[in-house]
Amino acid sequence: MNHEKVEKNAALMGVLIAIVIAVGGLVEIVPLMYQAQVVEPLPGMKPYPALELAGRDIYVREGCYNCHSQMVRTLRFETERYGHHSLAGESVYDRPFQWGSKRTGPDLARVGGRYSDDWHRVHLIDPRAVVPESNMPGFPWLAETPVDAATIRRHMEGLRTLGDPYTADDLDGVNAAVDGHSELDALVAYLQGLGRYAPRVEAAPAAAAGAATATK
Amino acid sequence: MNAGWSFYIAIFTVVNILACLWLLWWTSRHRTKDEATETTGHTWDGLTEYNKPLPRWWLNLFYATIAFAFAYLVLFPGLGSFAGTKQWTSSDELATEQQAANAKRDAALARYAQRPVAELVHDESALALGRGVFANHCAACHGSDARGARGYPNLTDADWLWGGEPERVLETVLDGRNAAMPALGGVLGDDGVAETAVYVQKLAGGPVDPALASRGERRFATLCAACHGADGKGNPALGAPNLTDDTWLYGGDLAAITQTIRDGRDGAMPAHRTLIGEPRARLAVAWVLSGAGSAAPAAGAGTPPQSP
Repeated sequence: MNHEKVEKNAALMGVLIAIVIAVGGLVEIVPLMYQAQVVEPLPGMKPYPALELAGRDIYVREGCYNCHSQMVRTLRFETERYGHHSLAGESVYDRPFQWGSKRTGPDLARVGGRYSDDWHRVHLIDPRAVVPESNMPGFPWLAETPVDAATIRRHMEGLRTLGDPYTADDLDGVNAAVDGHSELDALVAYLQGLGRYAPRVEAAPAAAAGAATATK
Repeated sequence: MNAGWSFYIAIFTVVNILACLWLLWWTSRHRTKDEATETTGHTWDGLTEYNKPLPRWWLNLFYATIAFAFAYLVLFPGLGSFAGTKQWTSSDELATEQQAANAKRDAALARYAQRPVAELVHDESALALGRGVFANHCAACHGSDARGARGYPNLTDADWLWGGEPERVLETVLDGRNAAMPALGGVLGDDGVAETAVYVQKLAGGPVDPALASRGERRFATLCAACHGADGKGNPALGAPNLTDDTWLYGGDLAAITQTIRDGRDGAMPAHRTLIGEPRARLAVAWVLSGAGSAAPAAGAGTPPQSP
């Protein structure tokens, strides 16, 4: 066979290109579908509670991922700023995951607990009220829209079908959990839960005191 | 990863590279003797295109990448669960880098670790570092000038919700605070809220309706005094603000006070112990207590430095 035949026959070339690309997928994607490390949650990890799940839907709907990643890479200047690097087991209940490298805003994988709930409310409604140099858009309508319990319940049932371990109590508790909450409440709850299961590292090891005495 | 998938990946990878090698060899085995004469057969307005083989040096670059691939797969992880002879992982590399950087940082901060915050307040180098820590971790709420905003205390005045002694401020930063003002609308009713709000205005020295205020005073004594004190001067142990001064976290007009009493407030200072650690927190506290860049040091800034 001469490569001229490949070049002059679009169908043959298409088939050959598909085969070449398939090799990459077969090696890099197919094993992941079966690899236990990726499908097993971190110890103690639970699927999103109803209100946080609602918040996650809003996060995706409003396109927060267009500017915010949720993936701290194994690079020191990232762990220094955000905290422990992301682990595969953290994203088990994320459908779809919110990894990425597009960071117009900061990474949010470890944002939970860094600011108060009130700060998040003010910041989401009018970011420049608390961060004057911010270029994030405001989302004032979230405060005025209630969360729909029925939608969240259906979403949870769907996730349960896919294997997320929601219990019957979780499903029955949806109304109580989201009733009277706005989309803003839900989004804040979701943000405050981010990084909850991440390993916590002591920012300053106890070695500091020892080093101090050593230099004296 | 189980052995089966590991083997699957390894075989696929190796066979794929060998296939590339074969393809290179197969396409380059017929090298035209007279390179100048053979053309692709295409003609554009009388112009033809030579059909030349890849230059040798170019071809050899391809072979070099294949040699590189095999060397890489021996040294580094790539073939299934084979970890590579160097046992390299990105988290190990990160740990090594962190160790080196943390040691450097700890060495830089060590000279401040043994000295009380009250003394650091007068140390220019400590304040310069503290200012940076504050800008990175505190300014998002308290503002880069530390003057706060509605809901976020001004740190440059002498008014401290949780106490202004250096150790208290450090405690606030490291372990966080939660100032829960309960919603009293249900207990007091609308009239009760209005009367109490008027009394709170009176505490702050405002001109108010005396009849409303005296009714509010009785309500204050039974309900509010538990945290804010009988005289309304607050209690730093609980983070209950002094209501007799002119400092208002959520606004001091009647509407804001009414809302605070009716709906409550939930002021939260996040804990920073695991985020920045004590050595850096102490520097930030020192900078705040030094007056946060302004001329006058805040109350509780401590004694002047002793000459060595």
